[in-house]
Amino acid sequence: MIEMLDTLAHYFSFPFVRYAMIVGVLIALCSSLLGVTLVLKRFSFIGDGLAHVAFGAAAIATALSFTNNILFILPVTIICAILLLRTGQNTKIKGDASIAMLSVGALGLGYLIMNIFSTSANLAGDVCTVLFGSISILTLTITEVWLSAGLSVLVIAVFLLFYNRIFAVTFDEDFVKATGNRAKMYNLILSVVIAVVIVLAMNLVGALLISALVIFPAISAMRIYKTFKAVTICSVSMSVTCAALGIVISILAGTPVGSTIVAVNIAGFAIFNAVALVLRRV
Amino acid sequence: MQLTCQNLTIGYEGTAVISGLSFSVSAGDYLCIVGENGSGKTTLMKALLRLKSPDSGHIITGEGLAVNEIGYMPQQTAAQKDFPASVREVVRSGCLNRCGLRPFYSKREKQMAEENMERLGISDLATRCYRELSGGQQQRTLLARALCATRKILLLDEPAAGLDPGAAHEMYDIIKTLNDSGTTIIMISHDIGASVKYASHILHIGKQNASFFGKTADYLKSEAGLQYVESGGGEQ
Ligand SMILES: Nc1ncnc2c1ncn2[C@@H]1O[C@H](COP(=O)(O)OP(=O)(O)OP(=O)(O)O)[C@@H](O)[C@H]1O
Ligand SMILES: [Mg+2]
Repeated sequence: MIEMLDTLAHYFSFPFVRYAMIVGVLIALCSSLLGVTLVLKRFSFIGDGLAHVAFGAAAIATALSFTNNILFILPVTIICAILLLRTGQNTKIKGDASIAMLSVGALGLGYLIMNIFSTSANLAGDVCTVLFGSISILTLTITEVWLSAGLSVLVIAVFLLFYNRIFAVTFDEDFVKATGNRAKMYNLILSVVIAVVIVLAMNLVGALLISALVIFPAISAMRIYKTFKAVTICSVSMSVTCAALGIVISILAGTPVGSTIVAVNIAGFAIFNAVALVLRRV
Repeated sequence: MQLTCQNLTIGYEGTAVISGLSFSVSAGDYLCIVGENGSGKTTLMKALLRLKSPDSGHIITGEGLAVNEIGYMPQQTAAQKDFPASVREVVRSGCLNRCGLRPFYSKREKQMAEENMERLGISDLATRCYRELSGGQQQRTLLARALCATRKILLLDEPAAGLDPGAAHEMYDIIKTLNDSGTTIIMISHDIGASVKYASHILHIGKQNASFFGKTADYLKSEAGLQYVESGGGEQ
């Protein structure tokens, strides 16, 4: 135990580790804020779909050897998010079918492009990193850390400013439109923010595991709490706790960051379920 | 005229559900829209709310009625059913169209939400979860939300559906009181008895243009009205 604390203290004596921790927690916070809305709007898989798009974009960025991948990945993902939320509303093409199409399409093409153009000796390792996140959060570059921190703060600010509007369009979009509000614009803002969160989270947990970061906290909180505010606060707290714990464990045990955080989230979900069961019995 | 519809044709993918419909509503009117299942009442209401654009014809608002002065109470939708939201949160969301660019609700708007909950007798449910309420309590919550949006004109889609006779009666009383205090009411209802009792005007949407629009008294003398009232309305 003391040894572990020593190791931790050693790690956290580097300012860079502290920054990485802060960024990880901020990203977890952002994704859980929007998780509630995505789950409630029946868009749980939009995170997955967008993550695959981001993977495809990352592949193209790698192939074209851009210096800063995020500057390419972000706009592409934002555009896809806007298109996806559009089709989700106009139920002609089923929302989940179009998401599934887009996500497998982007995944397949992304891998193909990476295979054809990559000059890296360790292709499998590169792909694995994009899909499952960095082996260690410490491999994030300093630009990535600052960019992530900045975007996270932006997401949080937008969420707070639009909190009432996000609640209203999530609960009943028709009412919001019918009473003369700009529901379309709120949805647009929502899609842009979701895309930003996805790209951010890709750094932390990788493309395949993003949905876990978005869904688990929201679903867990909804087991116990019954108001929007309480569910939001609870899922944020849970997500932040799980991310912090996951990062610490991954440093100590040398496990991959992304999957460790997901594992902690699953444990959190189990605990919430147990608590909900007990509460219902009493 | 607060709301005028001229020669409206509305449909889905080219098939018209409603064709050539014209009617108008003045401030303070109580209009009931009646007709069989699938005759296009909800579709018409969506057009009035501008959720759906008509294939042809015009919907004109007048007498200074702005688009953000319309209150709306929907038929229950599936999405709302397992939503974690307290009654207070739902009612307050009706105030959104008063906010403009302000991100949060003002004291006055919060106060108004409390008053409307009081008026509908759901103040003691304020912190309860919306999805755990009974059907009648949910309808009241949605009506309170609509009242937060406006006091000028209310569009109600089957406000008494699924309520027991006592609760339905109360709901109609509340709506009548609102109308007496000057709110224009446009209501879809399958309860033909209550419709002809309370409404000042009736819009009957029938198959093949067998529609009727006019004063309630005239409706009761018309052929469409006689038949429909006789058969007990759209009630199964
Ligand atoms: N989204 C849709 N796409 C295609 N057709 C639709 C759609 N919604 C309704 N319809 C059709 O339009 C017609 C009118 O439907 P509407 O919901 O307006 O009926 P209604 O008068 O409100 O019926 P009810 O009394 O059952 O509420 C129906 O025949 C229905 O099948
Ligand atoms: Mg209907």
